[in-house]
Amino acid sequence: MTAAAPILRINAVVKRFGGFTALDGIDLEVAPGERLGLIGPNGSGKTTLINCISGALIADGGAVLFEGADITALAAHQRTKSGIARSFQIPRPFASMTVAENVSIPLEYTERRAVADRDLAEEAHEILTLIGLESLAATAAGALTQIELRKLELARAMACHPKLLISDEAMAGLSGNEVDEILEILLRVNDRGVAIIMIEHIMRAVMGFSERIAVLDAGRKIADGEPGAIMNNPDVERAYLGE
Amino acid sequence: MDLLLNAVAAGILLGGFYAAVSIGLTICFGQLDIVNIAHPAFIVLGSFCTFMLYEKLGFDPVLAGVVMTPVFFAIGMALYSIYYASFEKRGDESLRGLAFFFGIMFIVEVLLIMTFGVDYRLVETSYIGQSLNIGVVGLPYRLLVPFLVSLAMAGGIYLYLSRTFTGRAILAVAQDRLALQLMGADPVRIKQIAFGLGLASTAVAGALLIMLGPVEPSVGRLYIGRVFAIVVLGGMTSIGGTMVAALILGVVESMVATFYGPSWAPAVAFGFLLITLAVRPSGLFGR
Amino acid sequence: MRISWFWIIALAILAAGVLVTKVVDNRFIFYASYVVLQFVVLATAWNILGGFTGYVNFGSAAFFAVGAYTSIALDKAFGLPLPALILVAGMIGGLIGLGAGYLTLRLRGVFFAIATLALAVVLETLITNWDYVGGASGSIIIPPTEVMFFDDIIEALFSLMLLLAVLAVAIARYVSISKIGRGLAAIRDDEVAAECMGVPTLKLKLISTTLSGALMGIAGAPYPFYVTYVEPASAFNLTYAVNSIAMPMIGGTTTWFGPVIGALLLGVMQQWATVTISSELNLLIVGVMLVAFVILAPQGIVGLVRKLVKRSPK
Repeated sequence: MTAAAPILRINAVVKRFGGFTALDGIDLEVAPGERLGLIGPNGSGKTTLINCISGALIADGGAVLFEGADITALAAHQRTKSGIARSFQIPRPFASMTVAENVSIPLEYTERRAVADRDLAEEAHEILTLIGLESLAATAAGALTQIELRKLELARAMACHPKLLISDEAMAGLSGNEVDEILEILLRVNDRGVAIIMIEHIMRAVMGFSERIAVLDAGRKIADGEPGAIMNNPDVERAYLGE
Repeated sequence: MDLLLNAVAAGILLGGFYAAVSIGLTICFGQLDIVNIAHPAFIVLGSFCTFMLYEKLGFDPVLAGVVMTPVFFAIGMALYSIYYASFEKRGDESLRGLAFFFGIMFIVEVLLIMTFGVDYRLVETSYIGQSLNIGVVGLPYRLLVPFLVSLAMAGGIYLYLSRTFTGRAILAVAQDRLALQLMGADPVRIKQIAFGLGLASTAVAGALLIMLGPVEPSVGRLYIGRVFAIVVLGGMTSIGGTMVAALILGVVESMVATFYGPSWAPAVAFGFLLITLAVRPSGLFGR
Repeated sequence: MRISWFWIIALAILAAGVLVTKVVDNRFIFYASYVVLQFVVLATAWNILGGFTGYVNFGSAAFFAVGAYTSIALDKAFGLPLPALILVAGMIGGLIGLGAGYLTLRLRGVFFAIATLALAVVLETLITNWDYVGGASGSIIIPPTEVMFFDDIIEALFSLMLLLAVLAVAIARYVSISKIGRGLAAIRDDEVAAECMGVPTLKLKLISTTLSGALMGIAGAPYPFYVTYVEPASAFNLTYAVNSIAMPMIGGTTTWFGPVIGALLLGVMQQWATVTISSELNLLIVGVMLVAFVILAPQGIVGLVRKLVKRSPK
C-alpha cells in the first residue's frame, strides 16, 4: 500500500492543567480514510488529546497539523469548517430543536456557500437516513433515548462534512445489539472516505473496527500498530492491568 | 503623608469589613456555583433588621447580628430548597437561576423601600464616633469594630469549613459530588447548609454595615460590584484569597476616596471587576 | 412580489396609530402608550441577547440611559434633529454592548451578567460626575412646540415610538428566522456543542450584544424630549432593569412575539397601577410575578398557551 500524506499529524503535543501534565509529547498520524482506534486506561489523556485536535482545548506545546496546515491555535469552529468533526461522550443535543434541526445547524454552518432551505432539508434527510434516524426527524431532541442520542451525535458530526470524524466513546454503556448498530454506522461513514478515530473501552468493537490502534498511558503513547500486535504487546497489558 | 497613612489604615479596616461581606458569596458562588446576586440585598436587610432591634429593643448592633444569624440561616436553607427544586434539579440554572435571584433581590429592596422609605438610617452606639489613636493614625471605632468582628467571623467560618465534618463536606461537594454520596452525605443537604451559612453571614455583615455608616435600601447595589469583584479577584473558592482581595480593594478604594473624592469610590470596585475578568479571570489565587 | 403577513399587520398598526393621534384628544393615552411602546422596544432588545442567545443582561437601564444622555449631550452641543440623535444613540449603545461583550463573552455566561451589573453602576457614576449633561442635578430639555403633521410633540413622540417598536420587533423577527437566529439558538442550547458544529460562537454573541445594546440605546434617545427633565436617578431607574427582564421572561423568551406580549401586558398593567397604587407596590408586583413565572412557568405565557393548545384535541 503506497503511503499517502497523513490527513492529521500530531507532533509532540503537550497539554498541562496547572501542575498536572495530561499530554506529555504525543506523536500520532492518521491517513486519509483510515480507521484508527485510540485506547488506554482512564485518565491516560485520550479525551484531552481529542479536545486538542477538535479545538475544545489549545495545546501548550507541539503542533497539530490537518491536511498540512497548522491548526494548533485555531478556534474550534474553524477546525470544524476545515473538516474535523467530533461526537461527545455525553451527548450534547440542542434540546429546544428537533432532530432534523439539530442536524441542520452544522450543515448550514459548515457549507461554504449560502444554501437554500430546500437543499438543507434534503441533505439533512440524507444524513439522517445514513445514520438511521430518519423516522425521528421531527422529534424533539429532548425526547430521545440514549442510543438515539448517540446516533444524533454521529449524525451531527457527519453533517459537518468531515474528512476526519472523532467518535468519543459512542458505545459506552450500550447493550450488545446497540454496540453493533453504532459500529455499523461508523463503518458506513468510513465507506464514504471519512477517516475515523474511535475511542472506546469495548475491546471487541475496537479490535473489529480498527485498521490500526494507538495506546495512551499517563499522557504518553506507548504503542501504535496493528490490532494483533497491540494485543500481544506487554507494555499495553501492563498499562491496563498494572505492574 | 499623614493623609496617606490614614487612608491606608482606613482602607485596611474597610477591607476587613469587605471580606466579611464577601465570604458568604465565596461559599455560594465560588464553591457551590450558585449566582446569588441577591446577597448584597440581604446584607441591607440585615442592616435594617439591626436598625429595628436597636431602635425598639436597644440591642447593640453586634449582638443584633448574632441574634439574626440563625434566622437568616433558616431563610438561606429555605431559599436554596426553592432554587434546587425549581432549577438545579432540572439542570436549568443559568438564565432562570439568575433571573430568580435577581427577582429576589428586587423584591427585598422594594419591600425595604416600602417599609422604611428611602431615608438613610443609622445606629448611634456610644463608641461610634470615637477613635483609637495610634501615633498619627486614627482608627475610628466605627471601622475598627466591624474589622475585628469580620476577622472573627472569617476565622470562625474558615475553622468550620476545615475542621468539622459538615464543613469539609461543603468543600468536597464543590469538587466531587459522587465521592460525597459514597461517603454517606447527601449533597443536596450539604449544599442547603452551605447556602444557609452564606446567607447567615449576611446577617452579621448587615449589622456591621450599619455601624460603618448610614444605610438606605438601594445601598446594596453599590455592594454588588464590590462583592463580586472581591470573590473573582480572590480566585473564587478560597477564603484566604477573598480576604486578600478584600484588603486590596479596601485600600485602593480608600485612597481613591481620599484623593479623588468619594463619588468615584463605587467605580473602583467595578473597574477592578471588569479588568480582572478581562485579564485574569481565574483571579489572583485561582487555579 | 410576496409581502409577508407580518408587514401587512405592521403597516396597519402604524396607520392606525397615526389615525388615533388625529382622532383622540385624551393626552394621557399618548403619555401612557409611549411608555408601553418604549418597553416593547426594551423587552424585544433584551430578548435578542437573553432569550435568543441565553445571556442575561442586568444593565438594561445603562444602555437606555446612554441613549437618553447621548441625546442630551448632542442636542446641547449641536442641536441635531431627533432622527440623527436616535441613530447616534443606537451606535453608541451598540458600541458599549460590543465592548462589554468583547471583555467578558469568552468567559461563562454568569460573568457576562455580573459585568452588566458592574457596567450599570460605572456608567451611572460617570454620568453623575459629568457636569456637561447636568451631573447629579440633571438636565432640562425644551422640546419644540411646533411639530410637522402632528398636533403636538407628545403625539409625534408616540408615533415615533410606535415606529421604533415596529422596527425593533421586525428586527427581532428577522433574526429569529434567519441563519443567525438558528446559530444563536444553538449557542443558547449548548454553546460548546455549537462551537464544535461550526457555529462561530464568539462572533455571533458579539453581534447579539451589539444589536441588543443598540436597540436599547435607541429606546432611550427620545426619552429626554418626553420627560423634559432628566436626572441620573430616573434615567438609571430600577424599573427599566427589572422590566426589561420581567417582560420577556413572563411573555416567553424563545420567540419574537413573547416579549411583545409581556411588554403590552405588564406595561398596560403598570400604567394602570401607577394611578391607582403606589409605584413601589407596582414594582413589587412585577418582581413577584417575575419570580413566580421563573419558578412555575419558565416558558412564559407563550409556553402556557402552547401547552393548552397541545392538550385540546385538534
